[in-house]
Amino acid sequence: MAKLNVNGRVVEVAVDPDTPLLWAIRDHVGLTGTKYGCGVAACGACTVHVDGQPIRSCAMPVSAFSETQRIVTIEGLSPDGSHPIQVAWRALDVPQCGFCQSGMIMAAAALLAEKPRPTDDDIDQAMTNICRCGTYNRVRAGIHAAVRGGTTG
Amino acid sequence: MNEITRIRPSRRAVLAGAGAFVLGFHVAPKGALGQATAPAATPEINAWVVIHPDDRVVLRMARTEMGQGTRTGLCQMIAEELHCDWSKIETQYVTPGQSLARNRAWGNFLTAGSQGIRQSQDYVRRGGAAARIMLVQAAAAQWGVAVGECAAKDSVITHSPTGRTLRYGQVAAAASRLTPPDPVPLKDPREWTVIGQSRPRLDTAAKTTGAQIYGSDLKMPGMLVAVPKRCPVFGGRVRSFDAARVSGMPGVRHVLQVGDSAVTVVADTFWQAKVALDALPVAWDLGENARVQQSTIDAMLDEGLTAAEAFVGNSNGDARAAIAAAPRKVEATYSYPFQNHAPMEPMNATVVWTAQRCDVWCPTQNGEAALVATAQAAGLPQTQCDVHRVDLGGGFGRRTTHDWLIDAVLTAKQIPGVPIKTMWTREEDMTHGRYHPVTKAKMTAGVDSNGAITGLHMRISGQSILSYVFPTALQQGRDPVQFQGLNASGAESAIGYTFPNLLVDHAMRNTHVPPHFWRGVNHNQNAIYLECFLDEVAHATNQDPLALRRRLMGNHPKHLATLNAVAERIGWGSAPPAGRFRGIAQQMGFGSYVAAAAEVSVSDAGVLRIHRIVAATDSGVAVNPRQIEMQVEGSFVYGLSALLYGECTVKDGAIEQTNFDTYNVLRMDEMPQVETIVMPSGGFWGGVGEPTIMVAAPAVLNAIFAATGKRIRSVPLKNQDLRRA
Ligand code: FES
Ligand code: FES
Repeated sequence: MAKLNVNGRVVEVAVDPDTPLLWAIRDHVGLTGTKYGCGVAACGACTVHVDGQPIRSCAMPVSAFSETQRIVTIEGLSPDGSHPIQVAWRALDVPQCGFCQSGMIMAAAALLAEKPRPTDDDIDQAMTNICRCGTYNRVRAGIHAAVRGGTTG
Repeated sequence: MNEITRIRPSRRAVLAGAGAFVLGFHVAPKGALGQATAPAATPEINAWVVIHPDDRVVLRMARTEMGQGTRTGLCQMIAEELHCDWSKIETQYVTPGQSLARNRAWGNFLTAGSQGIRQSQDYVRRGGAAARIMLVQAAAAQWGVAVGECAAKDSVITHSPTGRTLRYGQVAAAASRLTPPDPVPLKDPREWTVIGQSRPRLDTAAKTTGAQIYGSDLKMPGMLVAVPKRCPVFGGRVRSFDAARVSGMPGVRHVLQVGDSAVTVVADTFWQAKVALDALPVAWDLGENARVQQSTIDAMLDEGLTAAEAFVGNSNGDARAAIAAAPRKVEATYSYPFQNHAPMEPMNATVVWTAQRCDVWCPTQNGEAALVATAQAAGLPQTQCDVHRVDLGGGFGRRTTHDWLIDAVLTAKQIPGVPIKTMWTREEDMTHGRYHPVTKAKMTAGVDSNGAITGLHMRISGQSILSYVFPTALQQGRDPVQFQGLNASGAESAIGYTFPNLLVDHAMRNTHVPPHFWRGVNHNQNAIYLECFLDEVAHATNQDPLALRRRLMGNHPKHLATLNAVAERIGWGSAPPAGRFRGIAQQMGFGSYVAAAAEVSVSDAGVLRIHRIVAATDSGVAVNPRQIEMQVEGSFVYGLSALLYGECTVKDGAIEQTNFDTYNVLRMDEMPQVETIVMPSGGFWGGVGEPTIMVAAPAVLNAIFAATGKRIRSVPLKNQDLRRA
């Protein structure tokens, strides 16, 4: 039994302590926006925020977390899809298949929280997620658009 | 505890009628409910168009959305003729079972070969036009006026003389009872107001909030999750496995053999199944193929380069004689590796099997083929099966074939009545893909004293996709698809050059690694072989690579136009910025003409930077320029990933690369600026999902030569030292 603080709610999940946070979120908390792409911390599809930091949830067991650590998934990023990154993503039609995009958006939102006006180099450093559909240039444009379009604090 | 989240049925789900689910699921994942209700129960105007009393316009889709924008493009097609309110459009996947029951009313479901729109554009536009005609006719009848006095716009019909109006929803039921018009006239393309517009996608919002449901997200009451593992060597079998060792592990419900070559662990959750699978002792009968190494495959291909027998793909004159007689000969051998599609979402399918019926929910690029595969594996007639599609987390060709679905059905068949979601690990996806075919090519040109090519022989040696996938489509053993981009003529993939003497032939050398259509297909290597070799001839004869091409392109004005467009945009002929070098390439494929010009630099340490690629596409008609831009950018990521990193190698009969840590792909920091030129010349319908992929690699390779003097003839670049020669 682990206690996780997910999107502002403390939930008890009956899982083996070695279970990666990703699978606890998907199968026990029931939030499927966070995706499995590789399971080895190589693709970023599983990115969530822990106390504001982006982490790859496939590679961290639930035993590494306590209920005081605030986990935020794509579903909890904003109540209504109104985070500046989400708004910019829709304006630019960033997603193609969309499967990588929860991770992309969470990585981009964490970047903006840390650096409200990221340079292209900052974006290159922070955005190491894989997108097989090839949305990288629109992701970059979307991050810049989010900076222009709204408060990112 | 395995919680089942209850998903509130969406409007679309309600419309489709959750009650229609044979198994009485009380929840309906949004994406899974793409199937239409029984035709009689909806105000269906025709197979493509349903209009509800509240004016919602439901457009039915046979082709699949996998990120390429086909859903939006097809809606533009129908809406152009239907004159409906764009904001009222919803879409719905029809099932292949419904199509079968109605004499294939929705035509081909195949979403591949960049044909989702171009192969269905005519009949879906006619579907829209027929519906509009019937709606107007119904309104005219209600008013008792002449049809010619009425016109439709944004789902409203207006009687011009009196200004009276009726909404589509008000007359839909009456319209559905009218006899469809025959013939159905279509607008002149000059009158189009929807086709050709950069309409935003209809399906973006859910992809920004985590609400989009993919196959791997499906949940059903009582569902179990199966995680399979096949024999690591293709063609090998399961000898035995020790189920007792893992059957007591947490959550484990079943440990099963699937067909001859796989085992699967079925548990409450993916993670429980995977942990048990990793612990499951399996003895494999690896079979003969375990002796195959990459080196033995390479040697087989090398032998084919000079073999006496080969299938001819294109020939004119006598290339061999012309080359023998030429004062100068240029020769080079190229190679292209196996590559995995690696769509972001690993293979998955959810299946419920009973002795009477089998339903599957899965991401597939071909619903009809999925139905055939399901029925066969289920041991039931197609009429007792159906395939409910969900949007794909990437396809790229991998999801046109259904090995993963067959195994999922064979698994569910052993646990009747229980929904079983089979989910592959990324490792399974990497080592049991269907691979880009492996080939080599020996290029030989005869050149006269003026630098003109007098004869060209292109000998391809290697794997044929059709011989594995559709052997019945071979032409006396010859695989016509092998020659994509090299054909003498045709509307699909014709060569853009005229050589006085030409021979393109193929020594088929198949391997035990299953090949498949892979975004761009055989164009990927054929374009490298031809476009890089022409560059070699240009440099060997001190000619400008663009000038040499132009000499050969007099009979190919459309090919030439795209080449000229990228040359002009990149500034070919003027000096590039300091330290940067350029390369170009062109090709025709999937009915479209494309060209690319790349600008790269290579550091002293041999580090490549692709700064900029200009791409031109003439797809005849450009349905949605923004979507084309997205497809061009995406195709470059896919093609450049292949160029930089894409390689699967064989050791002891098995694929060595197991995940993205060993099968790397291009990331954000390596992504060039992409400039897209959309230049539709009208009069034909070309695809856009694939074509530009084929010119990405040769343009960059030619630029690398300009930068370093090194001719790279074997990809991927991760294996190459790019420091200056
Ligand atoms: S699934 Fe976690 S990084 Fe790929
Ligand atoms: S949008 Fe498909 S993988 Fe990124």
